[in-house]
Amino acid sequence: MASRIEILNEGGYRSDGRRQYELRSITIDLTPQGTADGSALITHGLTQVLVSVFGPREAKMRRETLHDRANVNVEVGVAPFSTGERRRRGRGDKRILEFASTIKSTFEPVIQTTLYPRSQIDIYIQILQQDGSVLPACINGTTLALITAGVPLLDFICCISGGVHSTHPLLDLTTLEENDVPSVSVGVMPKTGRVVLVSLETRLHVDRFEEVCRVAWEAGKVLHGEMRKAVRERTGGLVDAMGGVAGAGGAGRGGPGEGDGDERMVDY
Amino acid sequence: MVNITIRKRPQTDAVITQRKFFKKTARGKVIKGKERYLRDDVSCGIQGCTACPDSARNTLPAAGDLAHNLFPNGHFLLPDTNVFLSQMDLIESNLFTSPIILLQTVLEEVRHRSLPLHNRLKALITADDKQVWVFYNEFRSETAIVRDEDETPNDRNDRGIRKGTAWYGTHITLSHRPIRGQPSRPSPKVVLLTDDAANRRKAEQEGLTCLSVRKYVEGMKEATQLLDLLSAAGGDEVEPTRSVAARSALYPEYLPSSTVMAGVKAGQLHQGHFNANQYNYLEGSVSVPAFTKPILLVGRENMNRSVHGDVVAVEVFPESEWKAPADEVVDQETTLKNDDAEDSEEEGEGDEVIDKERKVLGTGEASGRVAAERQPTGRVVGIIKRNWRAYVCHIDSTSLSSTHTTSLSLQTVFATPTSRLLPRIRLRTRQAPTLLSQKILVTIDKWDIASRYPEGHFVRALGKVESKEAEQESLLLEFDVPYRPFGKAILDCLPVEGDKWVVPVKSESSVEWRGREDFREMIICSIDPPGCQDIDDALHARRLPNGNIEAGVHIADVSHFVHPDTPMDSEAAARGTTVYLVDKRIDMLPSLLGTNLCSLRPHVERLAFSVIWELSPDAEIVNVKFTKSVIASKAAFTYEEAQIRKDDPNLHDELTESIRLLNSLAIKLKAGRMAAGALNLASPEVKIQMDSAESSDPIDVEQKQLRETNSLVEEFMLLANISVARRIQETFPQTAVLRRHMPPPRTNFEKLQDILKKRKGLALDVSSSGALAASLDKCIDASEPAFNTLVRIMATRCMLSAEYFCSGSVGRDTFGHYGLATPIYTHFTSPIRRYADVLAHRQLSASIDYTPLHATLHSKPHVERVLEVVNRRHRMAQMAGRASVEFYVGLALKGRKEKQGGQVREDAFVIRTFRNGLGVFVSKLGIEGLVMFKRDIQFDAENYTITIPASLPGTQDVTIAVFDKVVVDIEVEKDKNTQRGRVKMTLASPINSSAM
Repeated sequence: MASRIEILNEGGYRSDGRRQYELRSITIDLTPQGTADGSALITHGLTQVLVSVFGPREAKMRRETLHDRANVNVEVGVAPFSTGERRRRGRGDKRILEFASTIKSTFEPVIQTTLYPRSQIDIYIQILQQDGSVLPACINGTTLALITAGVPLLDFICCISGGVHSTHPLLDLTTLEENDVPSVSVGVMPKTGRVVLVSLETRLHVDRFEEVCRVAWEAGKVLHGEMRKAVRERTGGLVDAMGGVAGAGGAGRGGPGEGDGDERMVDY
Repeated sequence: MVNITIRKRPQTDAVITQRKFFKKTARGKVIKGKERYLRDDVSCGIQGCTACPDSARNTLPAAGDLAHNLFPNGHFLLPDTNVFLSQMDLIESNLFTSPIILLQTVLEEVRHRSLPLHNRLKALITADDKQVWVFYNEFRSETAIVRDEDETPNDRNDRGIRKGTAWYGTHITLSHRPIRGQPSRPSPKVVLLTDDAANRRKAEQEGLTCLSVRKYVEGMKEATQLLDLLSAAGGDEVEPTRSVAARSALYPEYLPSSTVMAGVKAGQLHQGHFNANQYNYLEGSVSVPAFTKPILLVGRENMNRSVHGDVVAVEVFPESEWKAPADEVVDQETTLKNDDAEDSEEEGEGDEVIDKERKVLGTGEASGRVAAERQPTGRVVGIIKRNWRAYVCHIDSTSLSSTHTTSLSLQTVFATPTSRLLPRIRLRTRQAPTLLSQKILVTIDKWDIASRYPEGHFVRALGKVESKEAEQESLLLEFDVPYRPFGKAILDCLPVEGDKWVVPVKSESSVEWRGREDFREMIICSIDPPGCQDIDDALHARRLPNGNIEAGVHIADVSHFVHPDTPMDSEAAARGTTVYLVDKRIDMLPSLLGTNLCSLRPHVERLAFSVIWELSPDAEIVNVKFTKSVIASKAAFTYEEAQIRKDDPNLHDELTESIRLLNSLAIKLKAGRMAAGALNLASPEVKIQMDSAESSDPIDVEQKQLRETNSLVEEFMLLANISVARRIQETFPQTAVLRRHMPPPRTNFEKLQDILKKRKGLALDVSSSGALAASLDKCIDASEPAFNTLVRIMATRCMLSAEYFCSGSVGRDTFGHYGLATPIYTHFTSPIRRYADVLAHRQLSASIDYTPLHATLHSKPHVERVLEVVNRRHRMAQMAGRASVEFYVGLALKGRKEKQGGQVREDAFVIRTFRNGLGVFVSKLGIEGLVMFKRDIQFDAENYTITIPASLPGTQDVTIAVFDKVVVDIEVEKDKNTQRGRVKMTLASPINSSAM
């Protein structure tokens, strides 16, 4: 019955009550997960992604080390329960490998890898729930996890998906909408406004492409505000905690370092 | 710049925002729910509302509707779903002007229940003369509700509607705050309109104003007119949406094939081809040898998923249950207009459609038909062979849920085949919006017992509707005409010289000249229709010294070029015949042969196969000789040119004399044939006049003219065919390729006889072809010269079609050709365009010891197999040709209409009467059409009349009977949904039926 739902009805509402340019509710949780150096749990509506970052650290396999910069390794796992239909995807699944490689190539130029020669940065992404815009959620989660891990970045990468229904652009698509309308994911570096990722897997009319991209680009900046707020909040918490236990010193491994990194990043 | 925001969803209202978090489908799949963002900026739509943002676009008047008796202070109407489902006609009426608040819950429920109704509703929202406001109550925080644990979806929606009504009540009072200094004005009411008594009761408990539709309409100003529009179903309790249940079976299961086979063998079941009725989609018939009349199948269950052309096994009911065929035109599209493509997937059936169909079937029975008209009636219990192929269809636009061309979603839609004999096909496609205005090819995949329609898949698009290419290709596909260009292997069989090939110089050693007679000096000419390129016959005649006349028919020697067991031969056998469309010819043989090397063009030497008779001056055959020959035709005439030449008294050259001689013989031959009892049948033949060869835009339609010379050629071709048939049958009694026309069973004529007797007092003697011919001659209406032709056309339709057969496979006594009244017949004279003729050529050639007969032509099974294909192709080619003419007649009508403005008005004869319409035949255009009446008419099945009751006082009832001459307005109307143009006729005289 999926086709029985109107993507954008006469009143200008989408099937979940949003209007064209409204993004879904975003929650960001930056609490440390396990032994990861930085982690982020991000939800876009019902899409939920957990990203853990390890490193920079010595590469497990010698042959993967690069003498002049750090090697970025991205692995994506899709929880079988994340989709409507329970389905197990193996690690060799081509679709997932492609997905991981997209994320890797998006972040490689943004991470300042040259600061860490002969080391490795591992990014593990777990997709816990899927309801459209999975790639943007992964990108945004990875940005946040890298920041919490204290990995120096040139800028945030804020990614959002956009689509076209008839002639109307839509932002932040759900699964339902992704199945129906052509969609494009756009990742931007909000400070400079540079676009680092455009991913288009469906056919989109060339006349509409520019408009959608522009709207998604704008939306990236709005998203940036939200992400920055979360980072600031967390860092503020850490700073407060440091102040509270002043003198205890070296409370958590790399804790202050992370804070510094964050502050620097934000004030870039 | 657009305003981009992030919608925040508070954690606390997680329950209400997630409309249905987990949902189990019928197949046990769990679907994750979707979220919902509630908002406070959904506008109520009332003008001047102070509480809602951006009220500029609001359409509802501030005071509501003041005209209703019960609500002097104004009111808004808030109907529930069932009101729209059952009373759409009422709400669509111009007189129904109350401002309507349409809740999103209602709109979506209508969409789920019936897409066609939803589309009508959407048209209503945008209509200028309606005040409808869609309130998105499911997105407004105050009115959104969540389904309770033990609540049915229907109850949930009803609750949502009540909540919406209550909200509007309070919202209006809030925004209608009294202005100081002015007398406080009572605020308008919101009236919940529902026919569900339980819902009304609950609403009243909650203190809402609610009314039934009837009550509400009674209070309106134009109540009297509107009450008529009230659907009868309105009073009933409307059944709630059923929850997902097991899909109930609509059709009985087929018997296992072993049982079917045993049953057919034992004679309990009957096997035959299923023929759908083109006037009534709920009726079909199967002709079986066991009964003289075909077995009637009435209703869906009895037709049991058979599609036109399938070979089915039928069980016949006891005689007490036999029925007469219905006398009503039942159109699938109108009856099933509101049917939903996705409906039966999700739900069991048994809804209004079935009731409607039952009603249609019921009327036929109630009329108490005479027992004589009863036919064996039965039901299909098994399918022996499906003959499904790809069908040319259109997508039904009302079955689409999304028509945006950007939409990529998978949709279930209906494809309506262009042929009226086929059921609609359900189809799942992602490209439905782009296919809307195209002709597409669809194949049927399966037809489940639980599905009302067969399911199929999209094969490919043929092109835009009404574009000539698409129409032409669809026509060829529809009639299964092989139209691909010839392949290399086939072209390699052509002579290497190509079009440079000539008959070699006469010499002893030449292969071509071996055993051939030299007729190059003979005065031979050909007479063909204008523009004919594949000339396959030429004639000559001369007086012999002994007073007799020598006449010769020379046929293109195709078998010299097409040898058995070559790729070209097998391709020709597969094609069977050349297909002539109005603007295109699909050749059986490569055109180098057809239009050049074999074609008996004037002034060039060509190989021929000649039949030379010595005829007495009374056209009695004295002697006949068959020989291969070389001829050089002296002229190629059209029928018209030959006629003019013959009639010109000043011409006395040899050619003209030869034509005159032939003509005099032909007249005697024809007289002889007629005396033997040959039928002079008629079929509607028209000619399309083209603007020019390139544009192929039809200018006009005219009836084909028949001249003396037509008959001249025809008589000699018949004579040649008969002579050849005798010869090959003598030589090869087991495998001769012959053609026969079985005498029609007498029952076929019963209806026509009855009509003639009752309407015109004429009798038709069908005891033999001669008797029939004689009685047909007597069917004359002095005032109506076309009447005789009409009767002939109708008589022709009662007959069987002629067929090729292998002489060894049927009894000697069934060789006869009924129509031509000859004991034996074959096809010999058009080998360029018919494959059977090629076979006859080979057999004749062997019988005169010119070539040995190829082994395959000695094998009875092989010949039977080939002829079966040829028969089928022949039938298809005829139908394709006719359909092509029909299409061009349509185009010509359109052209004529554009040129002249106004409608095309023609005389027509009534050929059939139905309970709700007339079948008419327009002889000038050669087309048949239906005149349908929406209003009730009186139908007299006994006397074949209908009576249209007087509509206005002072006018008289009009009675129309079969054979009456009427005047019809013809227009080509494009069906809105299927895009298919169809000829629509309305009666102009004796009564104008456009309003009926």
